[in-house]
Amino acid sequence: MMPREFLPYFLAMVLLVIGLYAVMGKKNLVKIIIGVIVMEYAINLFLVLVGYRGTGDAPIVTKELNQNPEALKAFLANAVDPLPQALILTSIVIGLATLVLMIAIAIRIYEKYGTFDVSKIRKLRG
Amino acid sequence: MFDALPHIYTLIFLMIVGSVIAIETRDLLSTVISIGAVGFLLSLVYLMLGAPDLAITQVVVEIIVLVTLIRLTVTRDDTTVDEHRDVFALGSGLVFGGLLLAASIYCFQDAVAFGSPLMTVSQGYLDKSLQLTGAANVVMAILLDFRAYDTLGEATVIFTAILGAYVVLRKIGRKHDAGDVPHS
Amino acid sequence: MRGMSLIVKTVTRLVAEFITIFAVYIVLFGHLTPGGGFTGGVILACSFVLLTLAFGKDFSLHILSKRAAGIWDSVGALAFLIVALIGYKAGAFFLNLWAKPATFTLKSAGIIPIANIAIGVKVAAALFGGFIALAVFRRHGPGGYEEDE
Repeated sequence: MMPREFLPYFLAMVLLVIGLYAVMGKKNLVKIIIGVIVMEYAINLFLVLVGYRGTGDAPIVTKELNQNPEALKAFLANAVDPLPQALILTSIVIGLATLVLMIAIAIRIYEKYGTFDVSKIRKLRG
Repeated sequence: MFDALPHIYTLIFLMIVGSVIAIETRDLLSTVISIGAVGFLLSLVYLMLGAPDLAITQVVVEIIVLVTLIRLTVTRDDTTVDEHRDVFALGSGLVFGGLLLAASIYCFQDAVAFGSPLMTVSQGYLDKSLQLTGAANVVMAILLDFRAYDTLGEATVIFTAILGAYVVLRKIGRKHDAGDVPHS
Repeated sequence: MRGMSLIVKTVTRLVAEFITIFAVYIVLFGHLTPGGGFTGGVILACSFVLLTLAFGKDFSLHILSKRAAGIWDSVGALAFLIVALIGYKAGAFFLNLWAKPATFTLKSAGIIPIANIAIGVKVAAALFGGFIALAVFRRHGPGGYEEDE
């Protein structure tokens, strides 16, 4: 398959790998949270890229379009896929809620240990 | 018509550069600002891809993410990151990242081409949305009529995540101190 | 959390009501224009966050306390469930069975606007409650100080 047909998918995968490297290799807790955020952006971007079609018309029917059946049929045959968009919309808000939970845990860790450094946290305290 | 493809490539490339800067820089404030820039660029990409609901939601979510992250990092004591290179974690991260990229190239040979999705189910939603549900916004009709179960599940997930944040931030074991509950 | 300077307070007094009205507009017209329950709910939470940042947490807790945010969250979720169970007697779940008058108006599309309002209230209350829980947290541990700033 020609590389041009899957180049946007590949770029989204590069973004995912950058986020994965940050989660696996970094020592600061804030950097790990940033890595999780980048991974969420990459996955949302990839799934919306799957649904792109034609010239990128948003799937919203207007009143003028509804009065003209041929134009409506042509529009609906060329509009962007609405199903990935609907599911990613909920995913974006869920990402915000889980980020609030992660930051709550990070605040607790800082209060208890005084640092964001993950290698100092692993020592058990009595 | 407006050809969006070179703009999409440029914006995704800028997102990659921004996220590399966000991860590698030493100052925590620069990290947070770079991730804010990446979020706004992502909102522009959603607009180019024909998803205006997603673009509005991403902008506002990015603003709240920025505010929360700045409150987390700036008011704490250490705002610069001094870390020694952990070679094992770095190497394993790169190895697994490379494996993931190679596997993705192999899998994309069988995927649909970019720009012509399959749309076996979605074409029915697009065609029948106005007469079956009466909503002009097909995305909202899918979220609240055709696939309303997923919206119920999403409401449950948000409820649980925020409940978890409440529970984590509670004071444990201090009976005489009112803790986090404001004296109302 | 203390408030901010006089310029920020004045601009917030001018702007915060418009943001709230814009959020309500996006929620109500969600079935006609881009937006919907999630987008409007997040914008409403953002307007409360703006009030908290500009005037301090005591002011916004006076408007909507933590207990009230939890109650509105549950009200939104229960309203969504009740909307789902309207068709229970007929043996259907989430059926959009109200009569649909003229399209492209505010009262079209059956139960979709009501579900939009329920979702908007739920998301706004949940996200504002989460932000307030992060803001009122007081630290007594090592390296922290009493008043969260």
